[in-house]
Amino acid sequence: MSAKRMDRLATVVLWLSALVIIALLIWFLGYILSRGLLYLNLEFITGPDGVGAQLFNSFYILFLSLLISLPIGLGAGIYLAEYAPKNKFTDLIRLSVECLASVPSIVFGLFGMIIFVNMLGLGFTILGGAATLALLNLPILVRTTEESLTAVTSSYREASLALGATMWQTLRKVVLPTALPGLITGITLVAGRALGETAILIYTAGMNVSRYLFDTDPMAAGETLAVHLFAVKSNPLPGTNADAIADGTAALLIIMVLIFNLLLALPSRWLQKRLIGKN
Amino acid sequence: MPRKSSLVHFNDRLMRYLFVASAVLVSVVIVSILWFVGNQGLATFHEASFVEFFTSTQWSPDTGKFGALTFITGSLATTLIAILIGGPLGLAGAIFLAKIAPPGIRSIMRPATELFAGIPSVVYGYVGITVIVDMIRKTTGSTTGFGLLASGVVLSIMILPTIISITEDTLRALPDTYEEASLALGATRWQTIRRVLIPAAGPGILTAMILAMARAIGETMAVQMVIGNSPRFPGSLVSPTSTLTSNIVMEMGNTPFGSTWNNALFMMSLILLVISLVLIILVRTVARRGAAQ
Repeated sequence: MSAKRMDRLATVVLWLSALVIIALLIWFLGYILSRGLLYLNLEFITGPDGVGAQLFNSFYILFLSLLISLPIGLGAGIYLAEYAPKNKFTDLIRLSVECLASVPSIVFGLFGMIIFVNMLGLGFTILGGAATLALLNLPILVRTTEESLTAVTSSYREASLALGATMWQTLRKVVLPTALPGLITGITLVAGRALGETAILIYTAGMNVSRYLFDTDPMAAGETLAVHLFAVKSNPLPGTNADAIADGTAALLIIMVLIFNLLLALPSRWLQKRLIGKN
Repeated sequence: MPRKSSLVHFNDRLMRYLFVASAVLVSVVIVSILWFVGNQGLATFHEASFVEFFTSTQWSPDTGKFGALTFITGSLATTLIAILIGGPLGLAGAIFLAKIAPPGIRSIMRPATELFAGIPSVVYGYVGITVIVDMIRKTTGSTTGFGLLASGVVLSIMILPTIISITEDTLRALPDTYEEASLALGATRWQTIRRVLIPAAGPGILTAMILAMARAIGETMAVQMVIGNSPRFPGSLVSPTSTLTSNIVMEMGNTPFGSTWNNALFMMSLILLVISLVLIILVRTVARRGAAQ
């Protein structure tokens, strides 16, 4: 085959692969939404089989886990971007972050189970689930913080330091505000991913849910929406309309993911592009 | 004034220590995970045989048989299938995004592929159980449709964002001169991609594949929902079996903490942990080689 025809063939194949990938995504979202959207109404949230408590737990656990992981993740990211000298210690920290990022979530779950459920004797709790979930967020937060801070032009820093500001003043008044859009994007993506996490929570936050809505007791067991989907799909209780609940729950999860990705992450990504001027 | 300025400097030093402490804490976390999961897992071998654990497919903890080979095979096989399907597709998608897509299409497709990463793994499992398992049952004539193939197909979709984003970044980071020189010599676009760009992006593509494997082997919920959860060694690609992750989820709830059975499940998670750490070391080696070239 001539090189020209080969080139044309390859172009066609590459276009086709791209189409397959996009079609897959559209079909995926379309399939889930078309099956679940008709179940989504107020009854689905607050009714007797409603998932209101699970929905609340999802956000409550997400909130608590960010409360724990944000300060540490930001701190470690700032250290790596602004302070870290090139030495063995920094290498070790970087290696730890990369290793932590590759730990399978079920391993985090079992680790949390050893610490919170058994060693501290708490049993399945929202707090234990949130603390374990924080470990999953940690490496991604460190990485996005470091990347957003490194993207800030160094002349900003130099100007501030030359005016006599301390390192912390420079960070707080100059570097962090400039890096803010990137940080927000990173945190949003972390939150979106933590919201759908299941394997970590089954054996730390448990699969039971409080009988009344908006139970903020962190020492109670707290099933989240994603865990609920797993529970109803893999062990459907007889006599309940498990399939309908699963369809609705999956649609609700996808809608939450879309909100986090499209409504929150994209505008701030656009903002970041405007501010930093690179893609 | 001197008083205020000393407070400023105190703050400066305090924050610096806090940042260092957070960084150290990250290391402490990974070391304690290794320590606690490792200890719990290795306690298995007080009663079970080390060799049997890795070489036997006999898994019946009730009668003291702790052979985990079925689960290890299951994890490796699903990962392999995922890479075989998702690898070429993701690679093609990345090449398209980096070198062929018009800017308008790229600005839509790039965030769209990242959306794959945001979809919760239970939702992948849900689609797998309602669609893919069904499809496999109809096309292959298998009785249930659960098994390695179903898991591999679901995983191959889940690893797409990893492969696409890393490969595309690598391709775009290559100096334009490579491409220009090749095109100036009269090579077609495909010849340039195949002979110049892909070899130059080799380390990055390898990194993408390794990280995708790490994601696939550690994936739990989606696999658990479509693998069939039978502790039997898979007779075919479409017969129910188990992986390390799916078996942990299945049995963790029914075994008392501290029993040999329970410890064996921790041993399985230790295997997963070690595999993912080895893959990370591999990525670092690849990156260093790539940088040295």
